[in-house]
Amino acid sequence: MVEFWSVWIWPTVWIVIKIVAIVLPLLLAVAYLTFAERKVIAAMHRRKGPNVVGPFGLLQPMADGLKLFLKETVIPTGANRAVFVIAPMITFILALVAWAVIPFGQMSDGTPMVLADINVGILYLFAISSLGVYGIIMAGWASNSKYAFLGGIRSAAQMVSYEVSIGFVIITVLLCVGSLNLSRIVEAQAGPWGLFHWFAFPLMPMAVIFFVSGLAETNRHPFDLPEAEAELVSGYNVEYSAMAFALFFLGEYANMILMSAMTSVLFLGGWLPPFNIAPFTWIPGPIWFILKIAACLFVFLWVRATLPRYRYDQLMRLGWKVFLPVSLAAVVIVAGALITFGWMPARAG
Amino acid sequence: MIVQALAFYLFAAIAIASGAMVISSRNPVHSVLFLILAFFNAAGLFVLMGAEFLAMILVVVYVGAVAVMFMFVVMMLDINFAELRQGFLRYLPIGGLVGLILLAELLIILAGWQLAPAATQSEMLAVTPPPGEMSNTMALGQLIYTHYINLFQAAGIILLIAMIGAIVLTHRRRPGVRRQDIGRQLQRRPADTIEVRKIPTGKGL
Repeated sequence: MVEFWSVWIWPTVWIVIKIVAIVLPLLLAVAYLTFAERKVIAAMHRRKGPNVVGPFGLLQPMADGLKLFLKETVIPTGANRAVFVIAPMITFILALVAWAVIPFGQMSDGTPMVLADINVGILYLFAISSLGVYGIIMAGWASNSKYAFLGGIRSAAQMVSYEVSIGFVIITVLLCVGSLNLSRIVEAQAGPWGLFHWFAFPLMPMAVIFFVSGLAETNRHPFDLPEAEAELVSGYNVEYSAMAFALFFLGEYANMILMSAMTSVLFLGGWLPPFNIAPFTWIPGPIWFILKIAACLFVFLWVRATLPRYRYDQLMRLGWKVFLPVSLAAVVIVAGALITFGWMPARAG
Repeated sequence: MIVQALAFYLFAAIAIASGAMVISSRNPVHSVLFLILAFFNAAGLFVLMGAEFLAMILVVVYVGAVAVMFMFVVMMLDINFAELRQGFLRYLPIGGLVGLILLAELLIILAGWQLAPAATQSEMLAVTPPPGEMSNTMALGQLIYTHYINLFQAAGIILLIAMIGAIVLTHRRRPGVRRQDIGRQLQRRPADTIEVRKIPTGKGL
């Protein structure tokens, strides 16, 4: 009986505790990201933004959540009920499960602070983000509405297109690391010169391509064609209301945070401090990681407040005729440089 | 071990059930969704076998790209699927025959593997790195880029030909369509397009 507890129950409980410790702060971050978005864009428009509910409007996300929770869920008569209900769940769940492999920092004994330290971590992230298209395409189809369907189709085409260049950018990083493990990718960016070892510097154009493709992958401005209000009302989620809509909304913001985390891990050195000198090394790794995610998220919001929406043919042109050739060439150039100068990473695993 | 066995039976049962639903569900979009579920469970089975790289590639390629294209085709094409189902009994013998041949081939391979393991494995064991020594991403890479390089290159060339063929078959240049040429737009200078004239007051051009 004792063995049963120590072998089965405690590990399970421990894993559940870890999952809760990741998901709860994440959901809180998602709620406050919506608030931050409204505040940041308001500041860029020289407005005040939400400032009525609670001090500085800090309770606004709670009020919004409560409102969505209390609303009535409407399922259109012509809709395909099962698919209609499953679609928002898929979007939301996929946005959460990806966090299983994100390393937040390093324990004192050198092991990474992560739920599942798997060998193919970056491929797992890539696979999960390529599944994200299903929530949207299923929602668009099941709504049985022209606008929702057009939004879903657009979104699917867009996400499939930009995934290709994201894949090639990831390959350039993998060439420099020699491992698919996310903690190894972060460790490969450590060095005496601090932030100059981060891949954002040696692979500068790739970092930019990754971030812009990330904008397209999360359907954010200026690539938010799936929900172009002016033409498609609100795109794939036009028929959704109440909590079903809230799940799409939260999923989109959770995906933004995930994309920022991926950018931090791949290009901004994850949990590593920017300088290896005293005041910076005192701050623990997870704090640096969160700060880097926050910086990326600010750029997401900044882009939304600044740039107009792309036209659809321009979007496809950017993905297939600019990013794909450039990232493909970068794979060849990086591989060639690594071989020529003997910079190939040691055989990791 | 018991958890692994449970997980195996769970994945296998869902994979077989969704496989059956692919061919039996009335709605073609549901068929594609069940196909995706079957792929996903196959990926789960790969993970159980320790082939995590194959599992991830299966999800990325089949679920993330190929099935999306299926979905597009099924959603966009206006096929009368009720009519397609009419010939079910007529095609049943051919389909059954193909299934039987596949089953027989699988049985032959399995039987050969069971009866004479040395005959089937000597070829593979010579080049396969021992499991547990390196991660399977690296093991696959070493096999593909050394022992199977010619086959790998041939597969790449076949895919390239298929890609070019698809483009050649579907590409058509329609005359009279106004396209955006970004290079030309960027080359335009004010001197090429506008002319500033001084117009005296009270007179036209």
